[in-house]
Amino acid sequence: MYTQAMDLDRSATPADATFTSEEQAFNARIARDEKIEPNDWMPESYRSTLIRQISQHAHSEVVGMLPEGGWITRAPSLKRKEILLAKVQDEGGHGLYLYAAAETLGVCRAELIDALHSGRAKYSSIFNYPTLTWADIGMIGWLVDGAAIMNQVPLCRCSYGPYARAMIRICKEESFHQRQGFDIVHTLVRGTPEQRRMAQESLERWWWPTLMMFGPHDKDSTHTAQATAWGIKRITNDDLRQKFVDVTVPQAEYLGLEIPDPELRWNPERGHYDFGPIPWDEFWRVVKGDGPCNKERMAARIQAFEEGRWVREAAAAHAAKARARAAAASVASEEAAA
Amino acid sequence: MSASGQDWPLWEVFIRSRQGLDHKHVGSLHAADAAQAIALARDVYTRRQEGVSIWVVPSAAITASDPGQKAENFDPMASKIYRHPTFYDIPDEIGHM
Repeated sequence: MYTQAMDLDRSATPADATFTSEEQAFNARIARDEKIEPNDWMPESYRSTLIRQISQHAHSEVVGMLPEGGWITRAPSLKRKEILLAKVQDEGGHGLYLYAAAETLGVCRAELIDALHSGRAKYSSIFNYPTLTWADIGMIGWLVDGAAIMNQVPLCRCSYGPYARAMIRICKEESFHQRQGFDIVHTLVRGTPEQRRMAQESLERWWWPTLMMFGPHDKDSTHTAQATAWGIKRITNDDLRQKFVDVTVPQAEYLGLEIPDPELRWNPERGHYDFGPIPWDEFWRVVKGDGPCNKERMAARIQAFEEGRWVREAAAAHAAKARARAAAASVASEEAAA
Repeated sequence: MSASGQDWPLWEVFIRSRQGLDHKHVGSLHAADAAQAIALARDVYTRRQEGVSIWVVPSAAITASDPGQKAENFDPMASKIYRHPTFYDIPDEIGHM
């Protein structure tokens, strides 16, 4: 998902069989479904796993503004422009909620941003695909945000309090994102033949990358067991992916769009849709930096950060000067009174 | 963040959702000064009319109770159920009290 690269981390250490009394107390709290708060004792590996996961999630929200941001000036009407502007602003806000949650674990924002810009930190592979037509903006809302919601709703019950609370706020706003995307696609399929074709071609581009968002198959996921034990992950990659397919196929049928998978069919025995093999080669390529837009996205992030530097410095200098003036004024008034 | 890579100071944000209700903690953000913290809190936490008033407090100014002392601090109250009105039986004949 937005943190799919967590599943690729081979350095995760297996839980030690011999627990200290602190670890035992911590595990008991997790078992009782208690929330862990910033000042509570926690194992270092729990802390570092959460920092990586929450910051990856934050980076995904922020980089996720880029594929959509380019369409703000090209939205087909003032209404659509206002809606897209609000959605992109939401994504920036989601990034902030999540960075703030990560910072409660004792890491500073500058370190997190530096990890992203230097390529040490990952973000979701989905944002390395281009938005070629207006239909792609609809498809991102309907499919990508729809997939994100599948993953994020269980995270509202995550064991780490600040992360869970951030996710509750995000999920409320994410529902608007999915609906506005569906509304764009719904409008296109009721339009001209060209507009219907635009929607169909867009679905063909986004379907498989969206399924990849859920991360590798459970059998290939190194992170699932420990994350599940810690109450950070509640539902496995494959279960979430299946749930997404089951919900989305009838929506595509309603829209009269054809999902680009010849093996997709309802399996009455399983009570689920069967679907074809996911092109994992493409997934690995994109994750490892060779997707259609990886370089462009990072260049845009770094450019925005660097070009905003003087504003941040000016604000800090202004605040320092105001503090110095206030201090001098209070000394002067004390001297006058003496 | 300034040139040295240091973050702006951290602020805790409290929002009053409606007239007559308490301000409630909603999250935190970095800002250079108090006025900027208010401006950013407005953009981040009230995009859907979530509030009618904002407080910001430097995070460094908050002193928190020690989670390790949770039991000592709060458990003694568990046995003091007589502090709640429901502890007392009032005869039906008395009606609402």
